[in-house]
Amino acid sequence: MVNPEIYEANRETAWCPGCGDIPLRQCLAEALAEMDLKPSQVTMFTGIGQAAKMPHYIKVNGFNGLHGRALPPAIGMRIANPEMKVIVESGEGDTYGEGGNHILHNIRRNPDIAHFVHDNQIYGLTKGQASPTTGEEMTTSTQPNGITARPFNPIKFAVAMGATFVARSFVGKKEHLKAMMKAAIKHKGYALIDILQPCVSFNKVNTYQWYMKRVYELGDDYDPTDYDTAIKKADEWGDNIPIGIIYKAEGVPIFRDKHPQIGDRALVKEKKEPTEFQALIDEMK
Amino acid sequence: MDFNLVIAGEAGQGLNTLNFVLSKILFKSGFHVYSTKDYESRVRGGHNFMKIRFGDTKITAPKDEQDILLALNKAAVEIHQDFVKEDGIMIYNGESYEGELREENQDKEIFSLEAALIADDIGNGRVANTVFVGVLLKLLGLDLKVAEEVLGEYFRRAEDIKGMNIDALRKGYEKAEVAKRRFEMPEVTPRDNQILINGNQAIGMGAAVAGVQFYSAYPMTPATGVMNYLAKRQNDLGIVVEQAEDEIAAIMMALGGSYSGIRSMTGSSGGGFSLMVEALGFAGIAEIPLTIVNVQRPGPATGLPTRTEQADLLFAINASQGDFPLMVIGVKDAEDAFYQTYRAVNLAEKYQMPVIILSDQFLADTEINLEAFELDTLQRYNGFISDEQAEGISDYKRYEFTEDGISPLAYPGQMTESVVLIDSDEHDEHGHIIEDAETRVAMVDKRHDKIEKLILEDLEEPEYIGPEETDYLLIGWGSTYGPLQEARELLEEDGYNVGLLTFSDVWPLPIEELEDRIDNTVSIMVENNATAQFSRLISSETGIMVNHEIVKYDGRPYTAEEIYDAIKEEVID
Repeated sequence: MVNPEIYEANRETAWCPGCGDIPLRQCLAEALAEMDLKPSQVTMFTGIGQAAKMPHYIKVNGFNGLHGRALPPAIGMRIANPEMKVIVESGEGDTYGEGGNHILHNIRRNPDIAHFVHDNQIYGLTKGQASPTTGEEMTTSTQPNGITARPFNPIKFAVAMGATFVARSFVGKKEHLKAMMKAAIKHKGYALIDILQPCVSFNKVNTYQWYMKRVYELGDDYDPTDYDTAIKKADEWGDNIPIGIIYKAEGVPIFRDKHPQIGDRALVKEKKEPTEFQALIDEMK
Repeated sequence: MDFNLVIAGEAGQGLNTLNFVLSKILFKSGFHVYSTKDYESRVRGGHNFMKIRFGDTKITAPKDEQDILLALNKAAVEIHQDFVKEDGIMIYNGESYEGELREENQDKEIFSLEAALIADDIGNGRVANTVFVGVLLKLLGLDLKVAEEVLGEYFRRAEDIKGMNIDALRKGYEKAEVAKRRFEMPEVTPRDNQILINGNQAIGMGAAVAGVQFYSAYPMTPATGVMNYLAKRQNDLGIVVEQAEDEIAAIMMALGGSYSGIRSMTGSSGGGFSLMVEALGFAGIAEIPLTIVNVQRPGPATGLPTRTEQADLLFAINASQGDFPLMVIGVKDAEDAFYQTYRAVNLAEKYQMPVIILSDQFLADTEINLEAFELDTLQRYNGFISDEQAEGISDYKRYEFTEDGISPLAYPGQMTESVVLIDSDEHDEHGHIIEDAETRVAMVDKRHDKIEKLILEDLEEPEYIGPEETDYLLIGWGSTYGPLQEARELLEEDGYNVGLLTFSDVWPLPIEELEDRIDNTVSIMVENNATAQFSRLISSETGIMVNHEIVKYDGRPYTAEEIYDAIKEEVID
């Protein structure tokens, strides 16, 4: 394995002391190091928000784009370059709210992408409004009467859509999170991890202690390849929150398989001259 | 000499195929061909028509007056009879036309033919339209040889269908014997190096030839033709066309492709382009090469989905918040569309910025014959650093400050010892988020420097046609080019000294040629929008106020006569 320090961006983060993003970043660096990947072999696409600042704090190729739009540019890279390890990372507001349409359709595409969603059940950077996963009973500055919509269940959504790898983890369980990250990056196809993490500044309900008391790791007796089991497990929330691979399907064609005309060619290595296209002219004669 | 025919009927009657086959026959015979489409936003029914204008000299505009009307239903006769010349003919699809011709049209010949019966006799109702091809060729005094070749090629995959179409063609030719009217065609001979192409195809071809490897879009009329062109050829070209879930995804996918090192492009019409504007600004600040085509239709919102307008000009130039470098090119005809798309893709990479191509439905659906494009005149501009250069880099700065504002461009994975970081936040040379005032100002200036360089090295002045001294100067941009050329000629035939100045590059606005020609003449802006947007752009950029503005915003393209009449009425008289 390579030394995790090669991922150091050596920059002061904009994250609060105690933020869940901090151990998450550490797990990611260690996971990449343990997989023997060099920074130039990994590209991270993010949207906007505190989580989306990750490419500034970890040294890999980075695309810090627009709010909600982290997934589509990763598709562009999947077309260009089959070798690159592609990670999409953003908060749950970015992913499930603003970018809802993209996650829906990229589950259908099944691109070879590892998608890490920092889920702290609150909007942090805009200072404490409800996110798609905020509990209904919470009141916020913009929802003084409580949340006006039921919380989004990303796990059930992804399982029901037939995502080929659906997992949940928690930043308080570092070894678990690291193992999930590595499994997701290795998975051939779209891999979603909903990562529970506290927001120490704005979420006074879902704290480290709150999660610690509730999360439990799925054991060896759990079969993630069984859809019916997975869809039931996806409903578990509240006093007991399962973490681990909830659902997994192997052998499903990936996005590039649906474009046989490019096979495993790295388009980025091909540059054609105009004179190579004479056939396009001739067919119009 | 030119000659006009219109094919009219309802959606679903096979007008497109009929138009394609007829245009191809005339083209292959050696005529200059110019065909336009007028259709409704529906799949069946309604009223659609296609006009084919052809002759022995170059044609640049559609015409209202028709020599032949091919009416596939009763409504077609009702709607188009006034436009048929006194010595023209109407061909009616039916046993006999049961409606009443309007009084002034009583003397016009109407030839009825129940093509469906003939088609049924042949054994396939779907060859009815081909019967009319035979009728037309008889009236035009053309032989069947070229038509048989074209039909043979069109139906090459099914021998029996091909045979039935050729039967139908011959039957129509025989049946037309009894029609009174005959037209005398000029002698033409087939020319070798000609192509028949429409505006959308020309843009798709320009993109492919420029090495675009990825086109992501969401279908939207009238821009879908660009996507279709590339999708149909993606297997042969080894490129990818992806239908995105929405236009925001479409532009972001293209930006991802571009960041990853492949030439990428997206396209839509105004509504879809509106959804793309945040990402347009992102391409600006993140300095990602991107070519976007907006095939305009009348807006706002859904507007007139299948019709034409040039009303997105000021929006395209001003789209997205903030100041950033942007280029906008209004393409003038299919030839310009091909070369400008090629140029746009290369300039986007050279200047690492978004370039917008403005086309419109009129240009998109107008099919014309052109001298085949010359590929060996085109130079590819490679904006990326070489792999050898990449190997030596250990601390890559995506936004390195340079003299001309253009930073060395590398893609992820190109350098083994360094990474590529791009950001939509204001950033430093490495691409990291910054907040400080000094870096902000330096980065805005850096991006602005690129536009200064573009103006010096690559901006193209408008094309001028006409005498050096003029009484009147016509000004236009984009697709009004063709109708304006013919209108200028009509005015010249009347003895006026008329010049025509037409812009392709509209942003940044080239001003030298305009400033040279605007004095001592009467300037007339002609635009296909309601508020003379280009006129407003010129006055805000240069202080020049044109003398007259002629506008049209009914969703239909200009004919030369319309422009000529408007100038006579509003300016000269």
